[in-house]
Amino acid sequence: MRRYALRFVALFYLAAILIAPLGIVFYRTFEDGFAAAWEALSTPETIHAFKLTLIITAIAVPLNTVFGIICAIAIVRKRFPGKGLLNAFIDLPLALSPVVVGLSLFLLYGRTGWFGGFFERHDIQVLFALPAMIIATIFVSLPFVAREVVPTLREIGDEQEQAARTLGANGWQTFRRITLPSIRWAVIYGVILTTARCLGEYGAVAVVSGRIQGETETATLRVEERYDSFDLAGAYAIAIVLALIAIAVLLLMTLVKPREGTT
Amino acid sequence: MLPMAALVWASRSEGKQAFWDAVTSPQSVAALKLTVGAAFIVAVLNAVLGTVTAWVLVRDDFRGKSVINSIIDLPFALPTIVAGLTLLALYGPKSPIGIDIAFTRTAILAALMFVTLPFVVRTVQPVLTELDHEMEEAARSLGASELTTFRRVIFPNILPGILSGFALAFAKAVGEIGSLVIISGNLPYRTEVSSVFILGQIESGNPAGAAAVAVVLLVISFAILLVVGAIRHFTTRHDRA
Repeated sequence: MRRYALRFVALFYLAAILIAPLGIVFYRTFEDGFAAAWEALSTPETIHAFKLTLIITAIAVPLNTVFGIICAIAIVRKRFPGKGLLNAFIDLPLALSPVVVGLSLFLLYGRTGWFGGFFERHDIQVLFALPAMIIATIFVSLPFVAREVVPTLREIGDEQEQAARTLGANGWQTFRRITLPSIRWAVIYGVILTTARCLGEYGAVAVVSGRIQGETETATLRVEERYDSFDLAGAYAIAIVLALIAIAVLLLMTLVKPREGTT
Repeated sequence: MLPMAALVWASRSEGKQAFWDAVTSPQSVAALKLTVGAAFIVAVLNAVLGTVTAWVLVRDDFRGKSVINSIIDLPFALPTIVAGLTLLALYGPKSPIGIDIAFTRTAILAALMFVTLPFVVRTVQPVLTELDHEMEEAARSLGASELTTFRRVIFPNILPGILSGFALAFAKAVGEIGSLVIISGNLPYRTEVSSVFILGQIESGNPAGAAAVAVVLLVISFAILLVVGAIRHFTTRHDRA
């Protein structure tokens, strides 16, 4: 009896918060037919917004992957002053409001900021342009790869790496042939999470982009802009595409997870 | 790191008094109170319901459990602005079930529940899975009732997981913006949270005021990270002993 009560509470909670709202959005989007939704998606501004989101993601994810792996190895395998600090700060973007991240970049690269003057003299537009949006996205999606790789690295230990080294492998060979294969599922999992975060970033990008339509508007900003202009159908259509990407990400995560356990 | 330093520096640029005035202006105090209050309620609700959910996912068995298990991560994968829009579709003015909570504080709670849902589940679930059944069996064979077994054997084991999930959910809720801009309506003094307030200050050309409130959020985030770090430290030490 208690078992069913608990099951009911858990499932009801998930249904009310998670499943039902998503179902309704799907229903609302295609209420007026598939063609209407398609039309809302194929305006030049919306297409540009999706392109921009993809460009930012394509730049941020590889950089964060490399950085994440280096950080994880440094945290687990190396000893250096300030290691505890690095370990604590790597989680900061998870605990910090994206708006605060955006604001600090805004202050740093703005006209009166520390770096702002330098870029202005060299005529490089950082704020309200692609560079600032990429930096903001990198910042908020920074920890995911490192957080996935750190526990795996700890678990596999360094005996194999030591063995490789005694057999004459140099640092890079050891990494490529021993370390990387054993952490690959953790890396892939981290990359999936990073990608999802980059595609969905809103707060930080909203601050540094200036939201110029057709120029610095990403897909998530476009959802809000459509909503604010009372174009609910347009907002839903873009939201659905983003939701479908999220569901694809979820499927990938489910596929990757069990394998992680076996290696 | 440098961006953080710039933030703190900018918040002090107009003097201590200006900083203090910006933080204690009625509108920003109202926003901060709402933010911290809502985040706390949501984190508590999450701790309870998240633990129940984790329990059901580990100990119960029913058709479609693995699907439910994957769906838990959906709020991590879904852009938060989409989360706000989905909640508005079900619980907004055009709600098919007749519940309209749009632009109220209840809506803020609902949005925050959505985006913080996975935290407690995902910190408690692994601990429950690894928990030794023998301990429980021992407790029961020594005559402990089910409630006593839970309270004295299971609960102490999952408590660190619940606490770190609670702290992470709290941090996420304090900083949340994407899901709130649409569903909260952002009415000053009523439904405006701090992150939306900061965004508004930036857009109306008052970055110093925005920076002052942002520093408060920054301090809260640091404090939470320290707490999570302390919990982690304590539990790993516990394991080794």
